[in-house]
Amino acid sequence: MRLSPGETMDIKTKVIEIIAEQAVLESSDVTPESTLEELGIDSLGLVESIFAIEEAFDISVPFNANDPSESDFDISSVASIIAGIEQLIAQQTA
Amino acid sequence: MKRVVITGAGTVNALGHDVAATWDAMRNGRCGIGPLQFRDVDRLTIRIGGQVKDYDPAAHFSRQQLTLYDRFTQFALLAARQALTQSGLVFEGDFADRCGVVLGTSGGGLGTQEESYRAVYEEGKNRVHPFVVPKLMNNAAASHVSMEFNLRGPTFTVSTACASSNHAMGQAFQLVRSGLCPAVVTGGSESMLCFGGVKAWEGLRVMSKDACRPFSANRNGMVQGEGAGVFVFEDYDHARARGADVLAEVVGFAMSSDATDIVMPSCEGAARAMTGALRDAGLNPQDVDYINAHGTGTAANDRTECAAVADVFGDHAGKLMISSTKAMHGHLIGGTGAVELLACLMALREGIVAPTIGYEEPDPACPLDVVPNVARDARVDVALSNAFAFGGLNAVLALKRFS
Repeated sequence: MRLSPGETMDIKTKVIEIIAEQAVLESSDVTPESTLEELGIDSLGLVESIFAIEEAFDISVPFNANDPSESDFDISSVASIIAGIEQLIAQQTA
Repeated sequence: MKRVVITGAGTVNALGHDVAATWDAMRNGRCGIGPLQFRDVDRLTIRIGGQVKDYDPAAHFSRQQLTLYDRFTQFALLAARQALTQSGLVFEGDFADRCGVVLGTSGGGLGTQEESYRAVYEEGKNRVHPFVVPKLMNNAAASHVSMEFNLRGPTFTVSTACASSNHAMGQAFQLVRSGLCPAVVTGGSESMLCFGGVKAWEGLRVMSKDACRPFSANRNGMVQGEGAGVFVFEDYDHARARGADVLAEVVGFAMSSDATDIVMPSCEGAARAMTGALRDAGLNPQDVDYINAHGTGTAANDRTECAAVADVFGDHAGKLMISSTKAMHGHLIGGTGAVELLACLMALREGIVAPTIGYEEPDPACPLDVVPNVARDARVDVALSNAFAFGGLNAVLALKRFS
């Protein structure tokens, strides 16, 4: 299923909100291009963000902290995280 | 200062129900990890572990005892019975008053907690078994060992997550070495393999779904185990006077705190603990033949541990053997150092170094001789046993072959 533009915008807003809270920043300071490292989110912060995302969207994110680069979930930037979540939600509602 | 020797050893773990079976498995590189079997396992993402199998509590304990013994206490008692039978020590009179028990555990009676919470929250009951508190408390195992064998001196439990057993055995070593206790029963026990226990670990996303592969480039996390290892640490003069068989000598111990991060390991903290143990033992780095690694199979631990070994041992790092037996018995958390000490005893006494099984691809970040997949015959005079816990707490023991 494809997500509507409205749904996509809601996801983006929510994810940025979650990441901003974790980074102790305002949502306006988090852009799609930001990386978690730039935002000062460490490994524990990342695990907690993923937990918050799973709870917010009722999805299960395939992520193993042992090898983030080889997990099925791309965390290289805020945009890639949003894209991954959109895909998981689309798969779930398909 | 007294010399400290080990005169008894016992264990229950996924590899076997005693030391002989465990050594046999370690010698043959047998894996004790398999599908977890307990209530609600289908609701877990992680479904493998090193569970103690073919175990019937009723074969070892009475119904009355079992109302008071959580699984972690049962494992500790069974291991202690074996260790004390081997040592031949009997505790009476003034001697009993000076001998004690120091055991490690992290979760204590986690299974008991889970059952009672399930009863009140999930099943809506308003009553739990009257012995929940004495059954779940972290010192239950140490107390029951002291009661069963009349050990009336210093007795306590040490809880430092994955380093609990090593910290416990370090305290026992110091109690005997200082002359305060002629003998101390020590080691550790853990039984966290229940729904809530594994569910909690899942959250950290450091667990492997398929296997523990320490030091291998394709490692993807840790696998939990359960069980106990218990030893008799004894003043050498006392052991010699009664003609006891000595399994190995404990020669050094050190601990350090990273004081940096609650979960990420530090190379510097690990290195300080290894260096400290060598200094305490009066050994040079080049004296060490074998290290039983903490080797959890997580990306971070194995990389950091290898870097710490390189820092401490320099050129000698490439010559010594280092293996992680967690790939076979799983990570016993608070009991892990105790079961892993058995690999050190096998190396020192039998001249067989346990392998790191599940090793598939070399990792440039772990460029050491990890004794991949197959056990090795080698003369080992000095062994170290590493434990590096969450919370940044490190504890390293140094042992010597007894001749």
